[in-house]
Amino acid sequence: MRLANSLRELLRYPSAVAGMIIILVLAAISIYAPIAIPYDKAIELWRGSEQTWYRNPKYASPEWINYFRSEKLAKSIALSTAEGTATKEIVTDDKGSSTITMTFPFEYTANVFPQEMILYFKADYKEKKPYVSATWLTPDGREIRLGDFSVDKSQSLWFSQDPKIKLRLGGLDAQEGLFVDNPRAETRNLLNGQYMVKVVAITFEPDTDLDVEFVLHGQVAGWAGTDHLRRDLGIALLWGTPVALAFGLVASLLTTFAHMAIAAAGVWFGGWLDELIQRITEIFLVLPFLPILIMIGTFYSRSIIVIFGAVILLSLFGGSIKSLRATFLQIKEAPYIEAARAYGAGNGRIIFLYIIPRLIPLLVPALVAAIPGYVFLEASLAVLGLGDPVLPTWGKVINDASANGALYKGLYYWVLQPSIFLMIAGLAFAMLGFSLDRIFNPRLRGI
Amino acid sequence: MIYENKPNLTNMTQQRESLLSIKNLRVWFELRRWGFGLAGHVRAVDNVSFELGRGEAIAVVGESGCGKSSLMKTLLGLYKPTSGDITFEGKNLKDFDSEGMRSYHARVGYVQQDPFGALAPFLSVERILEEPLIIGGVKSKEERLQRIKKVMQEVKLMPFEDFLGKFPHMLSGGQQQRVVIARAMIMEPRFLVADEPVSMLDASVRVEILKLLRGLQTTHNLSVIYITHDLSTVSYFSERIFVMYAGQIIEKAKVRDLLDDAKHPYTVALLNGTSEPDANNAKTFKEVPPGEPPSLVKPPAGCRFHPRCAHMIAGTCDIKEPEEYEPTPGHFVHCWLYDKKQ
Repeated sequence: MRLANSLRELLRYPSAVAGMIIILVLAAISIYAPIAIPYDKAIELWRGSEQTWYRNPKYASPEWINYFRSEKLAKSIALSTAEGTATKEIVTDDKGSSTITMTFPFEYTANVFPQEMILYFKADYKEKKPYVSATWLTPDGREIRLGDFSVDKSQSLWFSQDPKIKLRLGGLDAQEGLFVDNPRAETRNLLNGQYMVKVVAITFEPDTDLDVEFVLHGQVAGWAGTDHLRRDLGIALLWGTPVALAFGLVASLLTTFAHMAIAAAGVWFGGWLDELIQRITEIFLVLPFLPILIMIGTFYSRSIIVIFGAVILLSLFGGSIKSLRATFLQIKEAPYIEAARAYGAGNGRIIFLYIIPRLIPLLVPALVAAIPGYVFLEASLAVLGLGDPVLPTWGKVINDASANGALYKGLYYWVLQPSIFLMIAGLAFAMLGFSLDRIFNPRLRGI
Repeated sequence: MIYENKPNLTNMTQQRESLLSIKNLRVWFELRRWGFGLAGHVRAVDNVSFELGRGEAIAVVGESGCGKSSLMKTLLGLYKPTSGDITFEGKNLKDFDSEGMRSYHARVGYVQQDPFGALAPFLSVERILEEPLIIGGVKSKEERLQRIKKVMQEVKLMPFEDFLGKFPHMLSGGQQQRVVIARAMIMEPRFLVADEPVSMLDASVRVEILKLLRGLQTTHNLSVIYITHDLSTVSYFSERIFVMYAGQIIEKAKVRDLLDDAKHPYTVALLNGTSEPDANNAKTFKEVPPGEPPSLVKPPAGCRFHPRCAHMIAGTCDIKEPEEYEPTPGHFVHCWLYDKKQ
C-alpha cells in the first residue's frame, strides 16, 4: 500500500524515471549476458589466445564508428569453407586425384584499405601435399595471381608479407594494390564492389581434403571493437554489467543493513556494547581502505569473492553507523517506545518493529545511492590491477587500455566505452537515489 | 478549583485490599565520568513507601525534576529499583521471571502525557491496539478484533470501523489520547499510571478525558496513579494526594484534607502558587519559597526542604532527616514541625 504510493510518486520525477529505465536496461543486459555467453564460455573466450581470436584485427574500433564518419572504415571479414560461408566444389577424376575449387566472394564498401588479408589452409593428406593456386578477382574483372604452392597440413598466406604479390602489384603493398583500379598508375582509385578470392587446389591422393579460410582484417570489428589481444571487447562490456551490478547491489545491501543492525543494537542495549561499537567504528574510519585491499590482492588473492569479502568486512563499521546512531538515539527516547516497553514488548520487537520502520525513509535512498560507490570501487580495484584474474569486467578493460597506452595511441573507444558504462550505471542509481530521498524526506520535497 | 463537580469519594478511602505496596523504594542512577568511573548517584527516588488499594486513585504532585516520573517508571517496570520492595498482589516484583514480568506489564496500563508521541506514527490505530494483545499472547485474530472493538467503545472512539485504519496524525489530540487510553486498557489492567494525561490537551477536551478516566476507574475498579503538577485537576478523581519533593514523598493525605489544611511548608507554598481562575490573581503577587529545588546528586542533609523553608528549626531540620508524623488521622507528613516531642 505504502510501497505502491511511493512508486506512484516516484513516477512524478523525470530523473527517477530515467534512472529506473537505465537500471532496467542494465538489468536486462545482466540477464542477457549469461544466457548469450555462459560463464565458462565467457572466461574461455576472455582468456583465449591468438587461436581463438585470429579473425579479429588488433585495436579495431567498434563498427558503429562508421555512422559518424564520411570515410567508411573496413569491416573485418572471415569466410571459411569449413563453416560453409564460402563455396567449395570438388571434381574427382578416375585416377584418384581431384580438383577443389573454392571461392570467397565479398562486398567491399569501405573508403580505406584494409589492414591485412590472410588465407589459412588446413590440409588432410597422407604423403602428397595438395597444390593450390590462388587468384584475386577485382570488381572490374581483372585477375591477380596471389600464388601457386603446395600446402602443408596447416599453412597460412599473409598477403602483405608476400614479396611476390608485392612485385606483381608494382611494388605496392598487397592491402592497397589489390583494391585499386590500376596499381601501376600515378593516381590510383579505390574500387568498391564485389571482390572474390579464388583458390583452386589439386590433390593427388583419393582421400585428401582441404579447407581454406579467408580473413580480412579491417579497421573495425564487432559492436565494441577489439583490444591488443584481438579480443572482442563486447564480451567484457556485456559481462561487466552483471558483475558490476551484483557487486554494487549486494555490497550496498549488506553494508547498509549491517550498519543499521549494528547501530540499532548499540543504541538499544547501550552500555559497554555501544562504547565498543563506537570505538571499533572510529578505528575502521581511519583504516586505509585501498592499501589494505591492495595488500590482500597482492599477497593473498584477487578473486572477486575474496575482494568482495574484504570490502564488506572493511565497510562493516562504516561512518554511517555514527549518523544512524544519532537518529536511533532520538527514536529510542520517543514516548511510543517507552509505551511499548510498558506493555511488555521485547527487545527484538522494539528494534525491528518500532525503531527500524522509522529509519526506512532514511535507509532506502542511502542504499540506492551507495550502489555506484561500490560499482566504482570494484572498477577502481580492477584499474589498479587488482581485478579478478579471470572475470571480464569494465574495470579490467580500462586497466588493459591504460597498460597498452590506448589514449596515447588514440584508441579512445577502448577507454571510453567501459567508462561510459560505469558513468551511466552510477548516474542511474544516483538519479533514482536522489528522487527517493526527495520522496522519503519531506523537507526536500518540491511544492 | 476548576473541576468542582467531583464525585463522592469520602467513604472510599476505607480500609481495603492492598494492590500495590511500596517499601523503602530507592531508584538511584549512576553518574559516570569519562564513560566509566563512578561520579556519584542521582537519587531520583529516595526512600519512598506507600500502599495503593484496589480501586483507589491517588495523585502524585510535585514540581519538575522531583522524581515523580522516575517513581512511575519504576512502578511500570521500566526502571529497576536500586533497593526496596514493590509488592504487587502479594508478590514481590523482584521475584518475577520474564514470563511473570510480562503478565505484570499486562496488568499495568500506562497513559502518557504527549498523545501524538505516544503512538507510533507508522502504525494504524488497529495495529497500535493489537500490539499489546499480540505480546500478551492473544493468538486468534478474531478475538483480538473483538477486544479492540470493545475497548474502543469504552473510550468512545465510535464508530470504531472509521478509526481502525487511521494513522495517528489523522486524529485530533483528544482522539489520540483516547487511543492511548484504549491501548492502556486493552489488557484489562489492575491499575493505571497516568502521567499528566491532560496537560498537553486543549482545555476543551481535558474534562472529557478526565471524565473518561474517572468512568473507567469506577467501572473496572481500577487503581490509578495520577501524576501531575497541576493541582487544579487533582481533586477531580483522586482520593489521596502525595506530594513529592527532591525524590521523597513529604506529605500524604486525603485530597480535601490536603487542599484545606496543608501541613508541610512546601505543600503550603505549592498550594499558594496554584492560581485559580480569578481575574484578581493577575494583580496579586504570590509568595514562593526562595531558591531552587536541590540537586538530587548531593541533596541537603536533614530535611531536603530546609534551605528554602521559612520555619526551619536550626540544629534539627538541617541535621536529621524528619520521620513520618501523623498530626491528624490519615494525614502523614515528613516535617519536624509536627514532632510532638519538639
